[in-house]
Amino acid sequence: MSESTAPFEPRIVAFLCRWCSYAGADLAGVSRLEYPPNVVPMRVNCSGRVDAEMVLTAIEKGADGVLIGGCHPGDCHYVSGNYKTRRRVALIQRALSEIGIDPRRVRLEWISASEGNKFQHTMTEFTQQVRDLGPSPVPAAAAAEATTDA
Amino acid sequence: MPTPRIGVFVCHCGLNIERTVDTRAVADAVSRQPGVTYVSDYDYMCSDPGQKQVIDAIDEHRLTGVVVAACSPSMHEPTFRRAAEEAGLNPYLVEMANIREHCSWVHLDRDEATEKAIRITRTMIEKVKGNHPLEAVRIDHVDKCLVIGGGITGIQAALDVAESGFQVILVEKEPTIGGHMAQLSETFPTLDCSSCILTPKMVEASRHPNIELMTYSEVVDVSGYVGNYTVRIRKNPTYVDPEKCNLCGECEKVCPESTPSSFERGLAERKAIYIPFQQAIPSSYTLDEDTCLGLRPLRCSECAKVCEPGAIDFDMQPEIVEEEIGAIIVATGFDLYPILELGEYGAGDVPDVIDGLQFERLLSASGPTGGEVRRPSDGRIAKRVVFVQCAGSRDPENHNPYCSKICCMYTAKHALLYRHAVHDGEATVFYIDIRAGGKGYEEFIQGATESERIHYLRGKVARIYREGDQVVVWGVDTLSGRRVELEADLVVLAMSMDPHPSTDALAKALKISCGGEGFLKEAHPKLRPVESLTAGVFVAGAGQGPKDIPESVAQGSGAAAKAIGLLAKEKLTHSPETVSIDEEICGGCGVCVGMCPYGALSLNGAGTAECNEVLCESCGTCVSACPTGAAQLKNMSDSQIREMIEVALADV
Repeated sequence: MSESTAPFEPRIVAFLCRWCSYAGADLAGVSRLEYPPNVVPMRVNCSGRVDAEMVLTAIEKGADGVLIGGCHPGDCHYVSGNYKTRRRVALIQRALSEIGIDPRRVRLEWISASEGNKFQHTMTEFTQQVRDLGPSPVPAAAAAEATTDA
Repeated sequence: MPTPRIGVFVCHCGLNIERTVDTRAVADAVSRQPGVTYVSDYDYMCSDPGQKQVIDAIDEHRLTGVVVAACSPSMHEPTFRRAAEEAGLNPYLVEMANIREHCSWVHLDRDEATEKAIRITRTMIEKVKGNHPLEAVRIDHVDKCLVIGGGITGIQAALDVAESGFQVILVEKEPTIGGHMAQLSETFPTLDCSSCILTPKMVEASRHPNIELMTYSEVVDVSGYVGNYTVRIRKNPTYVDPEKCNLCGECEKVCPESTPSSFERGLAERKAIYIPFQQAIPSSYTLDEDTCLGLRPLRCSECAKVCEPGAIDFDMQPEIVEEEIGAIIVATGFDLYPILELGEYGAGDVPDVIDGLQFERLLSASGPTGGEVRRPSDGRIAKRVVFVQCAGSRDPENHNPYCSKICCMYTAKHALLYRHAVHDGEATVFYIDIRAGGKGYEEFIQGATESERIHYLRGKVARIYREGDQVVVWGVDTLSGRRVELEADLVVLAMSMDPHPSTDALAKALKISCGGEGFLKEAHPKLRPVESLTAGVFVAGAGQGPKDIPESVAQGSGAAAKAIGLLAKEKLTHSPETVSIDEEICGGCGVCVGMCPYGALSLNGAGTAECNEVLCESCGTCVSACPTGAAQLKNMSDSQIREMIEVALADV
């Protein structure tokens, strides 16, 4: 049990496509739109690059939430990468719930380069959602397993 | 791989970063990260002395990689990659950690922002540790330019590109080039006759040895990439062979079917077989099959019977032409906001309420009234005309929120030309403000406002309706505070400008974006006004935003210069951060081949996948689908991403 009384602050990783969501995050910056600092952004060329391994690695390494940002349907810079992501994320969410992890910890959002406001809103709202879900059960389970192994 | 020796340079960006991020603390924290051999922080890393620090450190500390923790890579990545190159370090071993747009500018708490900046910088250090030196891919390109839209902007762009020696295809969906400018009577502020200045350009475009005109044609599909686009164009059948047609006009005389002429904006009829206007180019008739009594089966064929040169061919079919193109200029232009949306102004209900382009046709010597201002309802000369500016513009509640920019000017022109045409006529202009920025524009407006029998009334019009054979205009004069009720013979609405209705579908086909109002979006509103975000696709003219003729022509020339700059290069360069296939572990399943939207992947004779790096656009969709991990993006491999995720989440 944590002895700290400070509210739980989640760690979140965001995979943002270069053409839309990363640029949307840049616009949020240029427009000085404030949002919580819990999210560490990482640039990928396309949301279609994001695979299950990336999401599961993040969760394994202690992420309480994972956000994937892509171009709106029909606007993918690479024709159709975002459609592939949409199907893949649905699958990842189902797999997560099978192993006892709330699928709401993984979210896919379409954020265009002109939607700085939406980026701000999404980061704020997702951070709050993950905060409400509480810490990811994975690090505790891993620690317990390490104790048993010893 | 040799032991990494990474240099990290943390920028204060004046106070832009330093105010919320403790840059010294960031430098300290990352100096302890394995592989980091040198750290520094500085006021402005992008300044000359800042870049020199990077160059000197690369040399002095034999750095194998550089991370600049500063602004977005879209700002200064090229700056630091060039600096590294100067110091002899491969540019692909330089990465930006975005601690400004994604951190200092969006957070307020200094401790929290500093912690996040450390995490962001760490991820990029891990990335650089896994990067490999790469060489830009050099690709061949096609020396041909496609211009979409044959209005004045497209014509100018086509002529400029053609003059520089490159081949141009100019596609126009109407049967003639010329666009809206061909409909105008005179142009402000000089009052030159529009046709007189436009038609020589149309002729020049049609005769230029480097320009191929494709009228009555539409772009249906675009694929490929900068320098190497494949464009499919549908040539609609005109059923008349332009080589044979001699413009005798006999066909038109015998044609039994007619429809409102769109060139005359419904003020006159045209036949099913027609030429939009006498100077149309190509100078040939077009048979509009929707108006014709019927081609399949043939119901009439009177036109063919009288056509001496035998130019009419009822068996003509739509034709799809495929062209290889290096650069594309989109000049799709505008259309007026639909007048029927302005019910409060009697539009669609009162025949003597017309739009600005209809008034141009009334003023034009070649128009349906031969230049006499006769009103549509009964053909009487209009003695009292009311002009309403901002009709559908600057009205965020009901219509377009933006200013259409040209209406103040053309309304003043209309009022003046009307006074020239009807010496005893009275003109009243309702305006909100007068916006006349431009060379000679304010003087022109002054001339109109000081003219006799032209009255400028500052105020909006609330309602327009018909009473007997008069049109009644209710408005307000906001300078005197009086309500105004005027009787008029004719009302001219200075309608708002919309992007042409074809813009959206075309933008989707080209993978370029449109802004909220539907106008084509430029790459940067100030510094890259004629480029789109897609390399090799340029935008110009009123399709990008409301503008007048000089501005449209300037953008046409600007876009042409950009296209020429691209076509004149011997080779284009392409990012080398493409997909590589590890043949040792590739099982040859071919999943990647199906995933690739560019056809860059194929299975080779050895039964493994192979990537054509010229075609690969580096999306990485195949990487995430590869079941064995054989497909990897260069400098963004699975193992790099794993390391990046780990340090992003580790305690600070």
